[in-house]
Amino acid sequence: MPMTTWQRRGLYLAWVLLAVFFLGPMVWSIANSFKPAAAALADPVSLFSDRFSLENYGRLQTVGAGWHVYATNSVLIAFGTVALTLLIAVPAGYGFSKFKFPGQMALFVVVMATLMIPFQSILTPLFLVLKFLKLQNSQLGLVLIYTTFQLPFSIFMMRNAFDAVPKALVEAARIDGASQWTLLIGIMVPIAFPGVATVALFAFLNSWNEFLAALIFLSDQNKFTLPIMLVNVSSGLYGIIDWGALQAGVTITMLPCLALFLLLQRYYVRGMTAGAVK
Amino acid sequence: MTDTTVSETIPSAGRKTTSRVERQQWLGLAFIAPSVAMITVFFLLPLGMTVWMSFYNWPLLGKASFIGGDNYLELIGDQQLWRSLGFTALYTVLVTAALFAVAMPLALLVDKPLRAAGLFRTIYFMPVVIGFGAASTLWIWLLNPDSGVFAKLLLGLGLIDSAPRPLEQFWPAMGVIILMVVWKSAGFSMVILLTGLQSVPNELIEAAKIDGASPWSRFRLITLPLIRNSILLVLVLNITSSMLAFDQFFIITQGGPQNSTISAVFSIFLASFTSYRLGYGSALSLVLLVVLVAISSIQLAFLRSRPEES
Repeated sequence: MPMTTWQRRGLYLAWVLLAVFFLGPMVWSIANSFKPAAAALADPVSLFSDRFSLENYGRLQTVGAGWHVYATNSVLIAFGTVALTLLIAVPAGYGFSKFKFPGQMALFVVVMATLMIPFQSILTPLFLVLKFLKLQNSQLGLVLIYTTFQLPFSIFMMRNAFDAVPKALVEAARIDGASQWTLLIGIMVPIAFPGVATVALFAFLNSWNEFLAALIFLSDQNKFTLPIMLVNVSSGLYGIIDWGALQAGVTITMLPCLALFLLLQRYYVRGMTAGAVK
Repeated sequence: MTDTTVSETIPSAGRKTTSRVERQQWLGLAFIAPSVAMITVFFLLPLGMTVWMSFYNWPLLGKASFIGGDNYLELIGDQQLWRSLGFTALYTVLVTAALFAVAMPLALLVDKPLRAAGLFRTIYFMPVVIGFGAASTLWIWLLNPDSGVFAKLLLGLGLIDSAPRPLEQFWPAMGVIILMVVWKSAGFSMVILLTGLQSVPNELIEAAKIDGASPWSRFRLITLPLIRNSILLVLVLNITSSMLAFDQFFIITQGGPQNSTISAVFSIFLASFTSYRLGYGSALSLVLLVVLVAISSIQLAFLRSRPEES
């Protein structure tokens, strides 16, 4: 049904106003991070000041161990989580999809049960488990926990992705004498690539953004992640909050997520609908 | 789904010797083993420990001592706990309603056969992918009375005489947190509702239009019943995630004013990692866990009876 010109104008007006609401806070924050502190204090609303400045990012370098340390920690933890999640979930998805053995269904139910119980409710004993393994206050410990709670979603995604690979292809490769490992890495994974990308993307975003576990399990200031750094900046030094440094920190924390989402939107929506529809 | 593919695999594999096939099938277990090990150590073990620890007086340092059901007795009389549970319930109801009230019109607005609709869908979704930690600190700045955008905007427009301090009273604090969460997560609900809307057959709407049904009655009598399952899904997902809310209350309101915005997860955090009463924290966790599993079971029951997806 064609819209009248006025209906169309009304629709565009509504779209644009809503876009201002959803984009506004992020745009303001990014814009203010590049203003000199005085300009940002005097007029936070305007998007540009008379001069472009990186002084906020410079001052963020003097917060704690410096933002580059926290950014490095966040990158290490996020990449660690992505790598370990793929290393564990891809074979597991293959095992659940293309094999059959006794107790398989029960194991699948156990794996999926992790989805129903949020990690927030087992934080207290997790703390003791990490302490026992000498992994408290360690980035490896955090990677192990993030990976565990990525597993149910990731294994589910990978099982579905492998289910879509035609069995004739698998058979042909087996007859050609391909080893299980060649079969998985050389044939299955390339075909199931969209699933792999989705799993990696969610592992990255979730571990990059996670706050509570990082807050509890990391106690050494040199090991903090970006979200923890942000909270330290926002609680201020001697009651004074450095708003410019905060904007710079928020920008550094947000941009990788936004960039990845815009680049890999396809995979994101795929994972979201699959995860939600379970 | 597994069953169909697996049973398809078996007959062709059966051409080889039985032992070979059996060995191959057991190989599946080897592929799964690492994931099972991880889940056992970092999920099943702590889950069991939660139950066990909840019967102990368990300080961070020093020896734990068995105290039977004392933690649970204390929990029943814990005023602050009941206050935080009441607050979490109130917050969950309000934020779930607010998210739906915003996401439903959003979904209808972007469900248009115009190329620009996709662009705006992406824009509305963008705050979903940034973390709650970054979003919360961003909003502390937006809301601050001295150099925040909101204060300057409202003052500039002459709507108010002095900068508002929403975090100093309960309802304004609740209001801005809900606004922030709507900004951050409405896009998520929008996309799920949109999948529902896109499954509604166009002919049905067109037929109703020819019959002279008004837009509102078309929405209420045709669209709404047909996307019932998407709506239920959105409600349940928002309820479970709101009940676990922590970041925004820890970062923006810091539990205040007067400890009135301490959520359930926040009180577990305080018991276990501020007071270092790990046993009591475990008892609190178990209560939260039971409530959440109950809600998730309702979710599963709903999802089993969904005609629209298949």
